[in-house]
Amino acid sequence: MNFTDIHTLMPEIVMAVLALAVLLSELVIRRKETVGLLAIVSVAVTAYFIPTSFGTVFNGMFISDGYSVFFKFIFFTCLILTVLISSRYLEIERSSHGEYYALLMFATLGMMLMASAGDLIVLYLGLELMALSLYVLTGFIRHEYRSNEASLKYFLLGAFSSAILLYGIMMIYAQTGTTDINTISSVLTEKKATVSLLLSVIFLLVAFSFKIALAPFHMWTPDVYEGAPTSITAFMSVGPKAAGFAVLGRVFLVGLYPLQINWIPLLIGLSILTMAVGNILAIQQRSVKRMLAYSSIAHAGYAVIGIIAGGNEGVSAMMNYLLIYMFMNIGAFSILILMRSEDFLGESLDDFKGLAKTHPLTAGLMLLFMFSLTGIPPTAGFIGKFYLFKAAVGAGYTWLAIVTVIFSAISAYFYLRVVIYMYMHEPEGEAVSLSGSPSLGLALLISALLVLFIGIYPSPFISFARIVTG
Amino acid sequence: MLEFFFGYLSLVIIIFSLLVVLSKNAIHSVLYMLVMFFHVAGIYLLLQAEFLAAVQIIVYAGAILVLFLFAIMLLNLREELSAEQLTDGWPASLAVVAGLLLTLMLSLGGFTTTFNGSWSPEKIKEITFTKALGQALYTGYILPFEVASIILLVAIVGAIVLAKRRLN
Amino acid sequence: MIPLHWYLWLGSIVFCIGIFGFLAKRNIIIMFLSIELMLNGVNISLVALSHYMQDLRGEILVFFIIAVAAAEAAIGLAIVVSLFRNRTSPHVDEIRELKG
Repeated sequence: MNFTDIHTLMPEIVMAVLALAVLLSELVIRRKETVGLLAIVSVAVTAYFIPTSFGTVFNGMFISDGYSVFFKFIFFTCLILTVLISSRYLEIERSSHGEYYALLMFATLGMMLMASAGDLIVLYLGLELMALSLYVLTGFIRHEYRSNEASLKYFLLGAFSSAILLYGIMMIYAQTGTTDINTISSVLTEKKATVSLLLSVIFLLVAFSFKIALAPFHMWTPDVYEGAPTSITAFMSVGPKAAGFAVLGRVFLVGLYPLQINWIPLLIGLSILTMAVGNILAIQQRSVKRMLAYSSIAHAGYAVIGIIAGGNEGVSAMMNYLLIYMFMNIGAFSILILMRSEDFLGESLDDFKGLAKTHPLTAGLMLLFMFSLTGIPPTAGFIGKFYLFKAAVGAGYTWLAIVTVIFSAISAYFYLRVVIYMYMHEPEGEAVSLSGSPSLGLALLISALLVLFIGIYPSPFISFARIVTG
Repeated sequence: MLEFFFGYLSLVIIIFSLLVVLSKNAIHSVLYMLVMFFHVAGIYLLLQAEFLAAVQIIVYAGAILVLFLFAIMLLNLREELSAEQLTDGWPASLAVVAGLLLTLMLSLGGFTTTFNGSWSPEKIKEITFTKALGQALYTGYILPFEVASIILLVAIVGAIVLAKRRLN
Repeated sequence: MIPLHWYLWLGSIVFCIGIFGFLAKRNIIIMFLSIELMLNGVNISLVALSHYMQDLRGEILVFFIIAVAAAEAAIGLAIVVSLFRNRTSPHVDEIRELKG
């Protein structure tokens, strides 16, 4: 790499430097909201360097292309929304420390590296940077046992899956002599599928399934999502999941593309099982936070269809789905944060009883997000699913699209149950007191507007995703 | 001769790995692990990777295991000793792992590589492994190297955030 | 010269012992050590491959794996310490159960 190529790496460098600055700023700045504001400004500064960053450096080790830029756009929005919903919430949880924002930024840096990784070594390191930051953030409410426990479970399962990923990388390296994703692809086109090649594909698939919580490797998700601070749950279910999809797409649709015939059946099986487990187990949950955790498992199952369908159409549908999922999911978690106050958890389904009478606006927003998660028009969730089905049908997987529709119909039961509790039940006991703040309101406004906007006028986003993958 | 060394090292590695997993007391596990790490370093020496052998001993044995011992002593996990050691589903795990091991050994058996890079053993011997690795790390692999430094920073920040006592 | 697949066998045996330890043990510290065993299994295979392929990439990856393992150990043990500080129930193995 020459120094003139530095513009390609500029967003990552700026992000790293600003994350360090945010980390240090905590020493001087008393008000933690200001640190959060600094984090948002940092994201804006980093985003400024994105348009000039296209290129490939370090012999293909780091790729900045349309694909990675789209994902970085998701990560940045996710980070901004998370910061907005965090500040008040952390005060309520009595865990307001400035390191929180720096760790969020480091996690985002890791995700950016994952999306841009052209080499399995960079991919592994980006993944570890993201994962280590997330383990700490999950246990951030350190005086609460639930948060510690979630953090430990996440850590053990995360480290275990990383070791499996490394074994997969080792086997791929053994058979292709390289860790560069593009070279792997060209070596594999000349090779026959052997047992050891299939084993390496399985190892990689298992490791990625852990990371994006595909069944049967989802067991950690509900406990971790329930125990983590709600703002981090919102972040984890969107950003790192999208990053996992980014590497899944890059590794399987580029590196292992020659073995497509072998891994597609595996991925279809995982996808159907994930949708089944996520949607059916969500029905039993009484805690809305846990229900959203299962819903996040189910949505990963939907998004995988984009990778199964493959091609420009499938990948752009998957990317759009992740973008849309971000707005509706962070929106739903924002409502949970709004319900949380000093001595009130606000996570149970019963806490939502009669919310429409006491707080009509909040109930209305929750209604919107629940409709969107179910996939009811004219919300964005419908658009996301529609393009996934279209891609699946276009690639000849009509039956898979039908299976997905059936599971979406099942999902209506538990999403709309929240709506029924809000609108058709009488409030019980004292009215829930909301702990709103301007920043939380802003996050809700952004999510709700985009859920509606994409639902009604999706073409700019759809064509954006098509252009960057094309 | 080399075969003899390899046989000795791998025998010790396998036995001590089993002991790590099967011992009741976590402190014993850590000490078995120490022996195992030294022998893995021996394997690296057989493979002409003396720098990695040194790192293995300094980082794994010197830093990571000391950290483990420190944490165990700090926590004083006495009741762990009397608790049930294995999960109820351990026979199933054993079957799965045995199946996996068999598949791996069969598929890796007789594996030879056809790839030949530019770093022949003679060339490495000439400029020393440490120099070769250092040059690669600071030229082609500078990006992952810098990422690794950020990972270590996050580890420091994270460990302090998690383990420091609550203020006020 | 020792055949390459001997090293790969050794690596896979250590890796599988690690998996077994992770799946079957209740003690958190030993589960954690089992993950380190798995990483060592990978490292042995990578160094051997690298040597036989006359390519430095595998050894470079091992270098990074060791660095990350150190970072992981620091975070993991910090999590264990903060967990045991707040522990209310004396039963350690409850933590192990995933309610899935």
